[in-house]
Amino acid sequence: MSQQPQASSMIISNPGVLALIQDIGRIGQHRIGLTVGGPMDPFSFHWANHLCGNDEGATAIELSIGGFVSEFTQDTQIALTGAVSDIKLNGKSVPMWHTLSVKAGDVLKVGFASEGCRIYLAVQGGFPITPQFGSTATVVREAIGGINGHALAKGSVIPLSTWQPRPNLMMPEMYRPSYQLKKPLRVVLGYQEASFSDFDKAHFFSSDYTVSERMDRMGYRLTGPMCRSSISSMLSEGICHGAIQLPPDGQPIVLLNDRQTIGGYPKMGAMIARDTARLAQMTQGKTVTFEAITIQEAHAINLLSRHHESKIKLKSTD
Amino acid sequence: MRIEIAGENALILYFSDKVSEESSAKIQAMTQALGTKMGDGIIDLVPSYASLLVIYDDDRYDYYAMRQLINTTAKQLDSQSSRSEGKLITLPVYYGVEAAPDLEELAQKAGLTTNEVIEIHQAQTYQAYAIGFAPGFAFLGEVDERIAMPRKSTPRKAVPKGAVAIADRQTAVYPSVSPGGWNLIGLCPVLMFDPERTPCMPLETGDKVKFQAISKEEFLSMGGQL
Repeated sequence: MSQQPQASSMIISNPGVLALIQDIGRIGQHRIGLTVGGPMDPFSFHWANHLCGNDEGATAIELSIGGFVSEFTQDTQIALTGAVSDIKLNGKSVPMWHTLSVKAGDVLKVGFASEGCRIYLAVQGGFPITPQFGSTATVVREAIGGINGHALAKGSVIPLSTWQPRPNLMMPEMYRPSYQLKKPLRVVLGYQEASFSDFDKAHFFSSDYTVSERMDRMGYRLTGPMCRSSISSMLSEGICHGAIQLPPDGQPIVLLNDRQTIGGYPKMGAMIARDTARLAQMTQGKTVTFEAITIQEAHAINLLSRHHESKIKLKSTD
Repeated sequence: MRIEIAGENALILYFSDKVSEESSAKIQAMTQALGTKMGDGIIDLVPSYASLLVIYDDDRYDYYAMRQLINTTAKQLDSQSSRSEGKLITLPVYYGVEAAPDLEELAQKAGLTTNEVIEIHQAQTYQAYAIGFAPGFAFLGEVDERIAMPRKSTPRKAVPKGAVAIADRQTAVYPSVSPGGWNLIGLCPVLMFDPERTPCMPLETGDKVKFQAISKEEFLSMGGQL
């Protein structure tokens, strides 16, 4: 007798480059050394969930680069957002940023991203995964979250929530992010900022930096003009999201979701989360620039952006 | 205490320029005091050797309000004479040759016998200054200068779970198999991180730790694996 796949599930035929179960992340666990995890581009992640009518922070899947294939054993609704990629349902092209109705037996194929890097796949009700330390976010380095702390593999079976008919929605194009924006990445000056010379700082904030091949969920290493702190050794201290570390080689590393929680390299400050989301959508070879802002400016940017986002209305496509 | 900006919703409090039990106690007290607001505007706290990183919800606090909360809390703590003492934990260690690949070399470089190194390592009461690097990895200090040793020039790809190690004036027990450059001088059979258990760690920052030598038989009977 052939093995019956679990009722109401999604079966992974090909995980692609990297497929991870993620919710908003593991919050409040730094004191035992656990990092946050969660979506590298939380904005695209949230909209994938909204399109499925899910609660904020429901469990979805983050695909890096793409190349993902899965099959559904139950009817449901899904939505894909994030990096621009060719999406096919049973061989037929379907749009991103739309709720899509899928039937039992349907095959979803996500091509490789042509623009951007992280794609989000949400399903109605979220994937019902048991949280660890309050979160389903997979952190492979810690072997925590997701399914046994692992990235999804060929043959992984992921349960689906019960489904009910709901309207199909779409995100109007004007609100979708562009991954070609050339706007500088904004950095709140802080930490050991005073240990960098005015000359190095001026250079840092006026030069192009390139995304190197060392870019992953822990951090993005950029290459460009050297920027070095006058501090040669310091005590390890807490690292916040987006912190820009400058090791002795003077090449910046922007620390992201899976970063270690403490570290001992001097830091220039931290990139705001709105812009780490943009950085995380970049692939090797892209160039970026930095802009210094104050913590008060960052606060105003966040409040205004949240206000604007709260006004975005999804459109019905039924 | 000096307050610096760390990021858009994070401030870092510096209590000292160097490691001391006194500043560690202050960091601990501040962590506990602010910890009562976790989920109520404070998102996370990262205590370390001489600092405390405070990450907050910028929908609830702005920079000025958070500074004020921290300063008010600091004043309240200063006026309290009682300071919270961490608990003392004794961790058993098997220092046998097969459990301690770097012990011999460390002893040689230090100009001591292996027995002297083991005795010196046990003599000290250590403070858990920080937890990080990996889940449950506690940085304990400070190691007696006679047995302080820099990290190995080539880190190991896989340090075994339970490895008791020294790097400079720090010592630690590896909670799980991981890469690492510390000098390995023994094995501890106690699980330092168990996600299935509550609490998942036998110690937290601010606690004190002593090591106690055990025999191979004791190590194995406590669930240790060679």
